Amino acid sequence: MITTIAATLTDAGEASTGEAVLFWVFAPVMVLASMGLLLARKAVHAALSVITVMICLAFLYVAQDAPFLGVVQVVVYTGAIMMLFLFVLMLVGVDASDSLVETIKGQRWVAVLGGMGLLVVLAGVVMTVAPSTPTGLDGANTPTNPEALAVVIFGSYAFALEVVGALLVTAALGALVLTHRERLVPKRDQKTRMQARVQALGDGALLTPLAAPGVYARHNAMDVPALGPDGEPLELSVNRVLKVRGQEADAAEYAARIDRVLAGGWADDELPAIEAAKDATSEEADQ
Amino acid sequence: MTTLTLSAAHTVEATGAASAALWLILLPAGSAALLLLLGRRADRWGHLLGVAAPVASCVLGLAIAVQLLGTDASERLHHVDIGSWVDAGALNLRAGLLVDPLSVTFVLLITFVGSLIHVYSVAYMSHDINRRRFFAYLNLFVAAMLTLVLADSFLLLFFGWEGVGLASYLLIGFWNHEVDRGHKVSGAQAMDNSVASKKAFVANRVGDLGMIIAMGLLFAQLGTVSFHGRPGTDEAGVFDLVADGRLTVAMATGIGLMLLLAACGKSAQFPLQSWLGDAMAGPTPVSALIHAATMVTAGVYLVVRSQPLFDTAPNARLVVAIVGAVTLLYGAIVGCAKDDIKKALAASTMSQIGYMMLAAGLGPVGYAIAIVHLVGHGFFKAGMFLGAGSVMHAMNDEVDMRKFGGLARRMLLTYITFGMGWLAIIGFPGLTGFFTKDSIIEAAFSSNAYEQAWQPWVFGTVAMLGAALTAFYMSRLFFMTFEGPARWEPGVHPHESPRLMTWPMVVLAAGSLFFGVVFGKMPWSHWQGRLGDWLAPSVGGHHEHADPVLAWPIITFGTLVLVAAALWLSWQKFGARSAQVPRTAPPGSLVTVAARNDLYQDHVNHGLLVIPGTYATRALVFTDGAVVDGAVRTVARSAVAVGDLARRPQTGFVRQYAAMMALGVVVLIIIVLAVQI
Amino acid sequence: MSLMNYLVLSTVLFSVGATTVLVRRNAIIAFMGIEMMLNATNLALVTFARINGNLHGQVLAFFVMVVAAAEVVVGLAIIVAIYRTRRSASIDDVNLLKDVRDPA
Repeated sequence: MITTIAATLTDAGEASTGEAVLFWVFAPVMVLASMGLLLARKAVHAALSVITVMICLAFLYVAQDAPFLGVVQVVVYTGAIMMLFLFVLMLVGVDASDSLVETIKGQRWVAVLGGMGLLVVLAGVVMTVAPSTPTGLDGANTPTNPEALAVVIFGSYAFALEVVGALLVTAALGALVLTHRERLVPKRDQKTRMQARVQALGDGALLTPLAAPGVYARHNAMDVPALGPDGEPLELSVNRVLKVRGQEADAAEYAARIDRVLAGGWADDELPAIEAAKDATSEEADQ
Repeated sequence: MTTLTLSAAHTVEATGAASAALWLILLPAGSAALLLLLGRRADRWGHLLGVAAPVASCVLGLAIAVQLLGTDASERLHHVDIGSWVDAGALNLRAGLLVDPLSVTFVLLITFVGSLIHVYSVAYMSHDINRRRFFAYLNLFVAAMLTLVLADSFLLLFFGWEGVGLASYLLIGFWNHEVDRGHKVSGAQAMDNSVASKKAFVANRVGDLGMIIAMGLLFAQLGTVSFHGRPGTDEAGVFDLVADGRLTVAMATGIGLMLLLAACGKSAQFPLQSWLGDAMAGPTPVSALIHAATMVTAGVYLVVRSQPLFDTAPNARLVVAIVGAVTLLYGAIVGCAKDDIKKALAASTMSQIGYMMLAAGLGPVGYAIAIVHLVGHGFFKAGMFLGAGSVMHAMNDEVDMRKFGGLARRMLLTYITFGMGWLAIIGFPGLTGFFTKDSIIEAAFSSNAYEQAWQPWVFGTVAMLGAALTAFYMSRLFFMTFEGPARWEPGVHPHESPRLMTWPMVVLAAGSLFFGVVFGKMPWSHWQGRLGDWLAPSVGGHHEHADPVLAWPIITFGTLVLVAAALWLSWQKFGARSAQVPRTAPPGSLVTVAARNDLYQDHVNHGLLVIPGTYATRALVFTDGAVVDGAVRTVARSAVAVGDLARRPQTGFVRQYAAMMALGVVVLIIIVLAVQI
Repeated sequence: MSLMNYLVLSTVLFSVGATTVLVRRNAIIAFMGIEMMLNATNLALVTFARINGNLHGQVLAFFVMVVAAAEVVVGLAIIVAIYRTRRSASIDDVNLLKDVRDPA
């Protein structure tokens, strides 16, 4: 909730002490964060630096009698724009760290020269202006800053606002068009998949899902093929990864056990031999 | 100077036959178009249409002449409006025809002599497979020439001027491909003919440049290029404005000299005369019609037509006279040495036109006699060319006079008609040349044509000397062809030409006989003769020259003595039984060799114009390649280089682009801060 | 304390964000650098609003946030799309916009 803010400027046009403290706390943070943008190797770090700068800016806006802009700064810039940046970073590859080695000959020197030059001349401009005594926004922000701003925006700048609205819509459409991908092959829906499967039936494909492995009462395991209704083991029920690795159990051996049980003997007559063979194969796999 | 009465300034709207003057041009033009467009379909009857067109024009011309004769002399300047022709901004020109005694005189000359030559050509070209095309070109020529003389503005005159140039080009090069039937033309000859036609065309372009500049100057100075204003309007033509004193003497002189350049090109006057000799490559009727009787006299017509301009510019006129005098001697000297019968006649034409130019350059006293001599010359020179064609016809197209001789007995009619022309041109008393040429000599001696006292002596002497030379070379030509022993090639059997060829020669010979005595000026009289009277409204009224610096009998008889001496010399060398004419030309003296080579005019042209032109062209080509193209290539290469530089940073690495942006921003802010501080 | 401190802090954050964009190859981290730059400007805007005594700076900051949200949606969608096709989130791998004749 925005309340009416007391006068923030002294009669001489100076900021209050509290504001000065606020500024001197935030300004170094902002400069450091901006250096982070300039120097960070990872894009995400750079983005976080920018977010820091923007949040600090929001504070400074509020301090400068622009609470509406402060809130908009947080909501639009930090909340929307920077999040958009982060999304795109995720899309492009979050861990794609950027080498800081310059590839264009002389570009770094030119860039430093340009940056320092800009700094110097802009500071020169700021220094050379002879500022009048700041007026402060106490008079303008009546009754409140958002209301006064609304009067100006919907009054003097109504047409510009309309145009900016059109611009936003256009930008949204532009983004849609730019990221749109033309479909090259028809979409595969359930019906076409089913038809394709029925057509492939003649080539030995299955219509149904594969049977689950290991349906023996005694040995319920992934590496044991299931038995079909006719009592024969179903090779396809074992995961093909296990088959590739050679960890598949021998279906014939289990069939022999069944036969022994049915004949009244013990199923595990040759159990140690099987255990030994299993150890040998697992050792091979470990190596 | 005699005062001028510019009756020429008033034209009247044409009535009666004169209003149909456009048909004079349309008939041959239509015939030419028909013959050319119908192509081979008109081959069988094309020559008949070709003959009918100039004959019809001639009849119409006669009707117009009769109509003009029936009116008062001051009302003989008729104007036929055709319609708006050029309507471009300030230049709003209507095409129109000027039907006046001068143009009608030319119309009659062109259509009458033209008709005779057309008739002659029917037989002369009878074996040529392209006879229809020949007649189409001849008709095109007649139409263009009529346009030239009937035009009422310099621009329309120029249109006809170019038209006759085109026809001349087409006809000189008529045999520009190998033909092995009728008139046999070998490949080398065809090539020579093409070169000759191109030479004529190019030499004429030089003159045309003068014409164009003259028109441009006239338009810039006076705002019009029409001769006279249209009747019924208050527009003024060039001649009205010139008579009004709107042109400075210097400008009139400049325009006059440019017109003279044009006349020199068209009339083969010095220094643009070199093409005429080669133009004899065309069929002989073409030489007779175009390069003797009509087209080459167009320059004289231009000068006479522009007389108001030349009247204001005495210096330009003096240059005209000088050019005429130089060419007169030049042609005569070349004519003495040529063995090719047609080239000798061409040199004679050049020389005779020199006489006309000299007369025209004398100013008001000379315009009419120039035209009179022009018409007379049209008769006898055309007649002699047709005679030469007849001889060639008989001698298997041989033109070397050293292989003629003794033809008088075999070709009696040709002999007689040619003889009439010969006697006429050398000024045998009573024949045409005696009246027309001697009046020019007389005028050349008259003092009121000049501003300096020495001038009549110089020009008069030159004219007289020219008469003697004319007598010599024409007699040489005549004797070598018709007298003396036969020097024919083996297998040649001379025979008289068919009637279609001989009758035109007879008519022209009659003209040579009687034209002068009927129309010319008598040496003992100040009266300019019938034709002079008739022409007066067109050439600025009657002008009698002052008494010559020598009395007329001295001039006339002096000339006759000189002519007789030359005749005797010629007879001794070429005509008499004792005369030995070698079948191959002897080496000859330095002067003879020079004259055989056209006094090295071609060499001079080649050295002064062709070679520098070649080098200038090469230099321009080089400049074009190295400088112009070089500049373009350099721009392109620098663009490529800049592109290469700009390509380097395009590594595709977004971070580098961003770094550039960051550095740019830094620099930008530094600049902004620096400006603020 | 002067409000200028906020502005200085803002420039520091902005510069660091910019340097991040220039130095880091991971597209997501570079993108976060951009977000940091936007936030730095927001801080400056809010401070300006306070200095000038009206709310327009705050409104502007608000709009920056909204546009940033839209931008992030599209930008991340692009990164995801590229990642899907190239299996990489490095912006140096996306260098087709270069001169092929002279691969630098």
